[in-house]
Amino acid sequence: MKKQVKVLGPGCTKCKTTYNNVLEAVKQLGIEADVTKIEDIEEMMKYNVLTTPVLMVDDVIKVKGRVADINEIKQLLTA
Amino acid sequence: MFDWLQHIVDWLIYSVFGLTHGSKIGDALNFFVFDTIKIFILLGFITILMGMINSYFPIDRVRNFLTKRKWYGLDYFLASFFGTITPFCSCSSVPLFIGFVKGGIPLGVTLAFLISSPLVDAVSVAMFLGMFGWKTTIVYVVSGIVLSMIAGYTLGKLKLEHLLTDWVKKILENKQAADENYEEEKQTFVQRIPGIGKEALGIVKGVSLYILIGIAIGGLMHGFIPTGFFEQYITKENPFAVPIATIVGVPMYSNAAGVLPIMQVLVQKGIPIGTAIAFMMAVVGLSIPEGLLLKKVMTTKMLLIFFGVVTACIIISGYVFNLIL
Repeated sequence: MKKQVKVLGPGCTKCKTTYNNVLEAVKQLGIEADVTKIEDIEEMMKYNVLTTPVLMVDDVIKVKGRVADINEIKQLLTA
Repeated sequence: MFDWLQHIVDWLIYSVFGLTHGSKIGDALNFFVFDTIKIFILLGFITILMGMINSYFPIDRVRNFLTKRKWYGLDYFLASFFGTITPFCSCSSVPLFIGFVKGGIPLGVTLAFLISSPLVDAVSVAMFLGMFGWKTTIVYVVSGIVLSMIAGYTLGKLKLEHLLTDWVKKILENKQAADENYEEEKQTFVQRIPGIGKEALGIVKGVSLYILIGIAIGGLMHGFIPTGFFEQYITKENPFAVPIATIVGVPMYSNAAGVLPIMQVLVQKGIPIGTAIAFMMAVVGLSIPEGLLLKKVMTTKMLLIFFGVVTACIIISGYVFNLIL
């Protein structure tokens, strides 16, 4: 099944790095995944986050408040 | 505490590289190498220490802690205190703001947290220790917390809720008690170590470039600007120095890592430390980018009041620093 990956963050460098890491992890794994970036704060607040960036896989918060590196994301995506 | 390091650096610069002791280039290089190593040692130490505290008191837990019971004013202290140990990215300020007020934490308490978080953190504590010693560091940390409490309390008393933007007001109408969905991670101390180490490394990496540039500029100024140079312009007796330094610093944006090495040199060359600290607090605490982010939740009027109150508090602490340090 296609993984749904969401990156939440208002567009600071940390959020961009997380987003790029996700894209790179997906590419390296060679899997199909829907990667969306949520930059709108009102939208973001629906997920009840306190610190950004947030990484969600299939609507579950996996990482918050820090940048996840490529290897970590690969693990999250294959788990 | 760092005498051993100074000996090694002296030996390296004056004996190995053969630069003359007392020459401008030799002294500037000595200052740069010594300060860089010293600050990175302290930085590693403090980020790990704060990472440990933060691992046991993550932000979600702080929020639940503050919402669960009535604190009768102590919550201002708790919010300011936790603000100092929570690593903070200015782009988290809006989600954090909403998350706090949504959980029922009073506006003033939320603002106290937002003010103290960038002002005092692992990086600024480590650099203060390295540059000004433990006494100034303690005064800085305590005053950072007190300043946030006073500013937060004042803003809370002003009853600014009606000046929030409309969508925030809507959220407040539907506010619920903090969701209990936060599950505490049941990890032993040993299990937490890799995460804490990784986090600390990330922080140090993130600021290292700023520190190097800051110390390099500082080193140049150290070697080439005569001692007491600034004293002819800015003295303790000049009553306008503190407000001017603060107001100049407010729109600027930098983190503590970039501004502190330069501040150290300014102090060595004769700028009163309180004036320098007021400038630094204004630079790291308030900025135009931060204001633009907060515009999402505050109307312009409220934003101006917020900046005004915090600026006034920074000016007052600048005067207090000059009196006691």
